[in-house]
Amino acid sequence: MRFMMIMIPAVSEEDWPSDPAEMAELPEFTAMGKYNDELNKAGVLLALDGLQPSSKGARVAFAGGKPSVTDGPFTEAKEVIGGYWLIQARSKEEAVEWASRCPANDGDVIEVRQVFEMSDFDGAA
Amino acid sequence: MGGRAPSRADAGRAIEAVWRIESARVVGGLARIVHDVGWAEDLAQDALLAALEQWPQSGIPDNPGAWLMATAKHRAIDQLRRRQMAERRHDELGRRQERERSTSEVDLAAAADDEIGDDMLSLLFATCHPMLSAQARAALTLRLFGGLTTPEIARAFLVSEATVAQRVVRAKRTLAEARVPLEVPTGTELAPRLASVLEVIYLIFNEGYSATAGEDWMRPALCEDALRVGRILAQLLPAEPEVHGLVALMEIQASRSRARVGPNGEPVLLLEQDRSRWDRVLIGRGLQALARAEQLGMLGPYALQAAIAACHARAVTADQTDWGRIVALYDALAQISPSPVVELNRAVAVSMAYGPEAALELVDALVDENALGDYHLLPSVRADLLARLGRVDEARAELARAVALTQNESERRLLSQRAAEL
Repeated sequence: MRFMMIMIPAVSEEDWPSDPAEMAELPEFTAMGKYNDELNKAGVLLALDGLQPSSKGARVAFAGGKPSVTDGPFTEAKEVIGGYWLIQARSKEEAVEWASRCPANDGDVIEVRQVFEMSDFDGAA
Repeated sequence: MGGRAPSRADAGRAIEAVWRIESARVVGGLARIVHDVGWAEDLAQDALLAALEQWPQSGIPDNPGAWLMATAKHRAIDQLRRRQMAERRHDELGRRQERERSTSEVDLAAAADDEIGDDMLSLLFATCHPMLSAQARAALTLRLFGGLTTPEIARAFLVSEATVAQRVVRAKRTLAEARVPLEVPTGTELAPRLASVLEVIYLIFNEGYSATAGEDWMRPALCEDALRVGRILAQLLPAEPEVHGLVALMEIQASRSRARVGPNGEPVLLLEQDRSRWDRVLIGRGLQALARAEQLGMLGPYALQAAIAACHARAVTADQTDWGRIVALYDALAQISPSPVVELNRAVAVSMAYGPEAALELVDALVDENALGDYHLLPSVRADLLARLGRVDEARAELARAVALTQNESERRLLSQRAAEL
């Protein structure tokens, strides 16, 4: 089974240093690096990505059958996604255990969601 | 509550999940102390029982692995001491006291990474020891290294729990009686011992890969278990190209699992699969692992098979397949790991790269050698080649022969369908 662990950080990324070199200096960064390494060493990490600040992003909202675009930052949004991990696990409990081990900051939330297998979509014969 | 509280009724499953994550490390570390895989497992299981008793109230500790290890180690030291007193051998005493002193001083949380790695490697080499049968190796590895339970292994391999339990018990006894040293093989020993490990991992993978749709989900889950163990091994032995080769092969094969079965549960041939269902995350991982194998030198049999699988993975559509490259790879594979099945697969590649005539010559040679006996794919391939050459009646006869040779219902249906379409 696969699970996506979606990081919803407490701190808006506008408060993050925008310079990657500066970011790499943060103690959280090294702790996170170590965590990602643990996932990798355990053979369960499939993919991961960090997302650039929402100030660089955009939202496409749909209303009346039409899309409308708003450029970031999304200051009204309560939950802005910071990144994700895609892991393999034998059970939701295992995925939750891994998420629990993340060196997250107070106020951070990691949402754990199982990924649909394509076979889940195949109708019965 | 000191630790993290698992949700009510899920406490057992949450702790089982912790066990799956920590088992290899804990059993490996214990095995180094007590020099016996069976004893190590008993100690680890005792610690797990303690966890199952205590954690629902106290919560899951912040470092569950360290808790399990410390609990098991205290028990180990206790039991070692009792054995000491029973044996009363001076030199033994001296050595054991030394060992005890050092283990009681070790802070597990600060244990060196390579020490943990060595322990896990030693454990894996033990559970995959060639003196054990393939089935025993698979069961023991999944239990001790993979952290699976006996019922889970039984469901995955379609055998009874008693059978699995017996295999595990006998395997541990065999290792103990033979006094198999718990260490990472070196020098000339390494290659054959490593081959045994890779064989077990691939056996587990194939057991999962062969599972048909609608079967117990724990069967195809074996592919993930095999991949997990393989990936761990690739980290522990990064300089071994065939480890990366096997991981690459498994990642790429697994990438096709969602495309291999049609809506009615029938198998879909590789060249007919909907490639949008191929898992690109796994393909990416497979190609990376293959690149690592290639960096380390001459490709071995697993890496070559992975390279062939990679040719398919890279082709966006079937007709973009680099068949010439595949033929070259089969040539290499036939050199280092010759077999009639390899020859047959090579013939198919030749037919795609150079036409059915050249391939038919190769297939006819295989028929003459009679090395493939009752293998239904031989007449099946021959039929395909004959059909492409316009020799339809002969093709139909070969397909009938193929149908007669296979017990598999969906295979028969596929073959009969092909005959009807001629």
